[in-house]
Amino acid sequence: MKRRDFLKSTAVFVSGAALSLSALDILEPGEVLAANPELRWGFLVDTYKCVGCGFCVKACKLENEIPLEANVTRTWVERYIMTKDGQVLMDTPKGALNGFTTKLIDQNADGMKKVADEEIAQAFFVPKLCNHCTVPACVQVCPVGATYQTADGAVLVDRTWCIGCGYCIMGCPYGVRFFHPVEHVADKCTFCYHRISNGGNTACAQACPFGARRIGNLRDPRDPVARAVLHQRVGILRDEYGTKPNVYYIGLNEEVR
Amino acid sequence: MKNHVWRPLYVVIALVVAILLFRAIYVPKDFGVQERGYTFGFHRLGNEQEWKAFPAKYKESNYCNECHEDKVGSLSASQHAMIPCENCHGPALNHPEDPEKLAIDRSRDLCIRCHSALVMPSSGRNNIPGIDPATHNAEMGCSECHNPHNPSLEEM
Repeated sequence: MKRRDFLKSTAVFVSGAALSLSALDILEPGEVLAANPELRWGFLVDTYKCVGCGFCVKACKLENEIPLEANVTRTWVERYIMTKDGQVLMDTPKGALNGFTTKLIDQNADGMKKVADEEIAQAFFVPKLCNHCTVPACVQVCPVGATYQTADGAVLVDRTWCIGCGYCIMGCPYGVRFFHPVEHVADKCTFCYHRISNGGNTACAQACPFGARRIGNLRDPRDPVARAVLHQRVGILRDEYGTKPNVYYIGLNEEVR
Repeated sequence: MKNHVWRPLYVVIALVVAILLFRAIYVPKDFGVQERGYTFGFHRLGNEQEWKAFPAKYKESNYCNECHEDKVGSLSASQHAMIPCENCHGPALNHPEDPEKLAIDRSRDLCIRCHSALVMPSSGRNNIPGIDPATHNAEMGCSECHNPHNPSLEEM
């Protein structure tokens, strides 16, 4: 082999080897969008603003046809009261469907408890709903593909496909799932997918007079929710489960579980 | 092989074929492993559209404003301005066709959702004027004295 040919072949081989094989792949636009979609629904809850009126719970039930008096809700509000001697009391009467109207705190078997006003160190309300996790345990455990996640992040349940095994209800670390008393399938918050995907607001966020609940696009840096998540000190529930929730809380305490 | 081996084998093969046939007919065409793979993407694509088509019940106060400009106007000038119309009037649905008239919730329970005095120092609840529902004119409806669209007694 001539020296000239040898150098030529070497140059060709090195430049070819330097080019990664993946660079030659032709990407489908859908594939790219699925990997990094422009839309990712996220929810922001401000616990300082929530007053425990429960309008959100009522609106959610009416909007999504969850029987009002049935003891299941897609969203609910919890009341936390921390006393000066370190006690943490929590209750959510009927999920706060009718709001918090009494100082008595329901302690289940221990009956109703009243804390003297001057004994209260901290007290606040925490609205809860499905976290539409990035790694949803409920989707992972569904054996039939009835519960699934859309490309924009909403976790939904296919009512015609659900067999009612209840794995998703057991799998959810947040306990946000239940059996629908009328449809007899697993049910949960959909982020009001029928409203937000048509340009609207969720029923709970719309009903909240205090702006304690907001939905937004986490992938849009100009979106107020995305801005708050990026720039403010927000918390998520039960980080240790690794489900990467997309409901963010302002003013979250470690006592809130 | 002997006949007694073949016969049950035929039955098994027929069963497998029947199950595969049933599956081909029963499972919808759009059911399958979508973008996120088997673990998170296994679903029927058509269901996303079904959820998007679920009918909405609540409209928003702008919708009310189209016909009831005076009411929306007086409310938005009061301390109750932040309360959406439908919180007291119920979801508008397709009003005025269906329902023709909205049922108004004038109950005391609706008002004390916010105005029952609770000590909640870490929340906005403390900033709302509150009463003890047991002692504050317990037998009366709130709207007998307070106009919900302009609740301050001084300005009435």
